[in-house]
Amino acid sequence: MTILEDRPSNPAAGDHDRPIGHGRMQRKEDPRFVRGKGRYVDDIVLPGMLHGAILRAPVAHARLVSIDTTEALAHPKVLAVITGTDLQALGLAWAPTLSMDVQAVLVTDKVRFQGQEVAFVVAEDRYAARDALELIQVEYDVLPPVVDARKAMDPGAPVIRDDLEGRTDNHIFDWEAGDKAETDAVFASADVVVKQEIVYPRVHPAPMETCGAVADFDPIDGRLTLYETTQAPHAHRTLFAMVSGIPEHKIRVVSPDIGGGFGNKVGIYPGYILAVVGSIVTGKPVKWVEDRSENLMSTSFARDYIMQGEIAATKDGKILALRTNVLADHGAFNATAQPTKYPAGFFHIFTGSYDLAAAHCTVTGVYTNKAPGGVAYACSFRVTEAVYLVERMVDILARKLDMDPAELRLKNFIKKEQFPYANKTGWEYDSGDYEPTMRLSMKIAGYDELRREQKEKRERGELMGIGISFFTETVGAGPRKDMDILGLGMADGAELRIHPTGKAVVRISVQSQGQGHETTFAQIVAEEIGIPPEDIDVVHGDTDQTPFGLGTYGSRSTPVSGAAVALVARKVREKARFIAAAMLETRPEDLEWAKGRWFVKGDPRVGKTMAEIAMGAHGTVALPEGIDGNLDAEVTYDPPNLTFPFGAYICVVDIDPGTGHVTVRRFIAVDDCGTRINPMIIEGQIHGGLTDGVGMALMEIIEFDDEGNCLGGSFMDYLIPTAMEVPDWETGFTVTPSPHHPIGAKGVGESATVGSPPAVVNAVVDALAPFGVVHMDMPCTPARVWEAMQGRTRPPV
Amino acid sequence: MQISMTINGTDVTREIEPRVLLVHFIRDDLRLTGTHWGCDTSNCGTCVVLMDGQPVKSCTVLAAMADGHTITTVEGLANGTTLDPVQQGFMEEHGLQCGFCTPGMMLTARALLDYNPHPEPLEIREAISGQICRCTGYATIVRSIQWAAEHPAGAAPETTTSESTEHEVHA
Repeated sequence: MTILEDRPSNPAAGDHDRPIGHGRMQRKEDPRFVRGKGRYVDDIVLPGMLHGAILRAPVAHARLVSIDTTEALAHPKVLAVITGTDLQALGLAWAPTLSMDVQAVLVTDKVRFQGQEVAFVVAEDRYAARDALELIQVEYDVLPPVVDARKAMDPGAPVIRDDLEGRTDNHIFDWEAGDKAETDAVFASADVVVKQEIVYPRVHPAPMETCGAVADFDPIDGRLTLYETTQAPHAHRTLFAMVSGIPEHKIRVVSPDIGGGFGNKVGIYPGYILAVVGSIVTGKPVKWVEDRSENLMSTSFARDYIMQGEIAATKDGKILALRTNVLADHGAFNATAQPTKYPAGFFHIFTGSYDLAAAHCTVTGVYTNKAPGGVAYACSFRVTEAVYLVERMVDILARKLDMDPAELRLKNFIKKEQFPYANKTGWEYDSGDYEPTMRLSMKIAGYDELRREQKEKRERGELMGIGISFFTETVGAGPRKDMDILGLGMADGAELRIHPTGKAVVRISVQSQGQGHETTFAQIVAEEIGIPPEDIDVVHGDTDQTPFGLGTYGSRSTPVSGAAVALVARKVREKARFIAAAMLETRPEDLEWAKGRWFVKGDPRVGKTMAEIAMGAHGTVALPEGIDGNLDAEVTYDPPNLTFPFGAYICVVDIDPGTGHVTVRRFIAVDDCGTRINPMIIEGQIHGGLTDGVGMALMEIIEFDDEGNCLGGSFMDYLIPTAMEVPDWETGFTVTPSPHHPIGAKGVGESATVGSPPAVVNAVVDALAPFGVVHMDMPCTPARVWEAMQGRTRPPV
Repeated sequence: MQISMTINGTDVTREIEPRVLLVHFIRDDLRLTGTHWGCDTSNCGTCVVLMDGQPVKSCTVLAAMADGHTITTVEGLANGTTLDPVQQGFMEEHGLQCGFCTPGMMLTARALLDYNPHPEPLEIREAISGQICRCTGYATIVRSIQWAAEHPAGAAPETTTSESTEHEVHA
C-alpha cells in the first residue's frame, strides 16, 4: 500500500486534477448495506408469492423425445408445470436475443447446451419447487455435440441451429476491420514478424448474487411489475413489451439493489420470462432465483476467443502493424450483448496504445453446444480480448528483439500531440498522454531495481517475473447514430428537480450494481449547482421513476449518464439565473455564478443561493416570459464519441519451481480516467478489476469435456481469488480529461479487468523465460506452469 | 420439528421441516434478509453468521443444528443506533461496493477482533479467506477491519470524515 498523505498539486495538470463534488466522501448507500438492510431481489416477498424452479438439460445436445409432468403436477404444493409445448401455444417458446438471434425459453425440439431450460415448476415454496423437478420424466435422444469451436465449421459437423430455416452449418458471422491489403503490404516488407496463437478462455462474471426475478402480473388492469436483477431496466422493459405483448406502459421493471453484475445481468434470461409466465398462469406473484450452478452453466459467459496474432516491426523496435484472425465461440444461441453494428464488440481497438502504420482483423463467430453469452465480465464490449492480444504480442516481440518490454512500449506509444488520434480500424481516441502514466508506474514499482533483483534471482535459479501491460479502453457507448441495442440508440436521460427548500432529486437511467451511483451522481450535481451532495437524492432502478436510457455496462455510466447529469444540472443552473434576476430585479446577464449562488457582478453581497432561488421559483415572484414556475430540467445525452481511459500496470510474480505455483507479490496500477469524481470509489473499482484479472490469469476457466459437460459449474471447480491470492494493490493516477465530456470524465469500471490479465501473464511468461517459454494460455495454473517448465506447451488445466 | 434459538438477543421458537437450512430459516422464516446466499458448496461465505460467537456458513448448517444455540446476524451487529466499529470501518475505508458479501465479511471480522483485537494484515486475510468478494479486491476490506481494530470504541461522527487517507500516488 502506497500512502501519500497530502497529494501535491500538479501545476502541469491545472485545475482538472481536483476531484469533483467534494472528492473522497463516504458512500450514501453504505448505511443500509452495513446494517443488512440492502434490498436485493431475493429479499422481496409479496403476499401470496409462489416459487419457481427450472428443470435443466443434463446433456449438451439431444432431441427432446417426451416430457411427462404428471407426477410433478400431482405434488400437493405444485401449482403449475410449464413446458416448451405450453410456451409454443402462447407464442413464447422462443425469445429474441440481444444479437438479433433467437433463444429457446424452454426446449421444444432439441437441447443445445448442458443446463438449458427444459421445464418450469411453480410451487408454494422453494423446497417444494425443487422437489417437483425430480418428478418430471424426460426422454432424450442424445446427439453428438460440437464442443471445440475449431471443429464447428468442419464438413459433417452436427448442425446445432436446425431451428433456423435453411441453416446447414454452424457459422454465425464474419466481420473485419482495418485495411487488409495495406496491412499485408507492411507485413511483407517488415524486418521482423512474430506470430502467436493466443486463447482467451471462456470465463464467467459470477457475481455474488445470482440472477433472479419476482414477477407480479395483475390480471385486472393487465399490469406487470417485474423485480429483476438487471443492469438495464429500461431496455429490459422495452424488450419485455416486444416479447410478451404486454403494452410497455403497463410494465414496470424494478431493479433494486444488485449484488454485483459485471455484465452478467445485461441479458434477458429464460428464467425472467418464465417467472412472468408463471405469474400470468397462476395469477400470483412468482419468484425465481437461480442457484450457483445454474448461474455458471447457463447465464452469460465471457471471452472464448481463439486469436491468431501477428505483429510486424523494424529490427530496432518500431512496431509497424498488427493483424489477427479470431475464431469466436458464441455458444448455442448468439446472445452477446453489443451494439448491432459490432458483432465482435469493440475488439477492433486491438491496435492498443501504439502508433501503427496498418492493422487488420477478422472475426468469425460460430455456434457450439455451450451456454450462450459472450459479452460480459467487465469486458467493455471485448476490449479485454483486444488488450490481451496486443499486450501479449508486444511482449513476445520484445523477447524476439531482446528489448526491455517497457522500453519497447515507450518507443511506440501514440504521442500526446497526436490526439485526437485516428487509429487504423476506425476509432478516434479522444485524449491521452501515455508516457507520464507509464513512467509513474515504473517509478512506483522501482522498475530498474526489480530488474536487478530478477537478474540476481535468476542466477540463483529462482523464478521471478515482471509483467507490463499498457491498455487503452474505449467506453461510454454511443453515439446513438452508430450504436444501438436492438434498435434502441445508446443514449441516457437525466431529470433534476430542486424542491422549494433547496433539496434536490436527480433521476437517472443507469443502474448501479455496486458502483456507488447514489454518491457519485450526487457529487456531479453538487459540483454544478452548489448544493451539498447530502442534499441530493439519486433515484435509479425503477422504470416508473426514471427517464429512459440504456443502462450500466461497458463502463458507460459516468461517460454517458454522468454527462447527462452534469448537463441537466447546468440547465437548472441557467434557469436559476433567470429566476434570480427576477428576484433581484436585475438582468440575467448582470449576474455571475460562484459557490452555489448567483450574484450581481461586482457586488457579491447581492445574490441568491440555489435554495432561495428554488423557493422563488415555486413562490410568488413574477417570472420572466418562458420560465416555468419550477427549478426542474431534463436532458437525454447522446455522446459525441466514446471516452478512452488508459493505464499502465506492472505485475511482479514469484513462481515455486517445485510446484509451479504463481504468487502475485506486487501489482502496481496507474490509471487515467480523466477528471475524477470520488477517488475512493475509483480506487475501489480498480481494486476489484485487478482481482478479476488475477483470477482470469491464474485460476478461472469454464471448460467442457468431449461430451459437452460443463466442468466449471460450481465454486468448487470455478475458482475465484480470495484475499490470500491477491496482494495489497499499489495504485496511482494521472489526469487527462476527455475533451468532449462535460466534466472531462472517462469511464473506469472495467479498466482494471481489461488491463490486468496481460500484466499477470506477461509476468508469468517472463519468470519462465529461462525455460524458453514465450507464451502460455490462461489460466496459468500450477499444473500448466509446471508442464511448461518441462517444455510441454498445451497441458491441461 | 420444533426448534428454539436465540437470534440477535431474541429467543425464537418455530416449527420447521428438519431439512431446512439455517440460511433459509433466517431469511425466509425470520425475514432477516441481511444474511445472503451465494453458492451451494460452502465456498463463498456470503451466508456467514455467528453461532455462539464463531463464524459458520449458514448454508451448510441445518436449522435444526442451531437448536439451543445463539446466533448473531448482521442485523444484530449494531447496538441500537450505535454501529459496531466493524460497520463503521467498512464505511470509512470503502470495504464494500455491491454490499452482498458485506454482512458475512463483517461478522467474520467481528469474531476475529473478539479473538485477536490487533490482527496483522495477513491474519485478517486468513480470517476472511473462506469468503469471496467480487467487487473490492479485498485490500479495502483489510483496511476496514484494521480501522475497526484501531477504533474499538468506534468514532464520533464528526471525527470520522477527517481521517480519510489518500492511498493513491499522483504524478
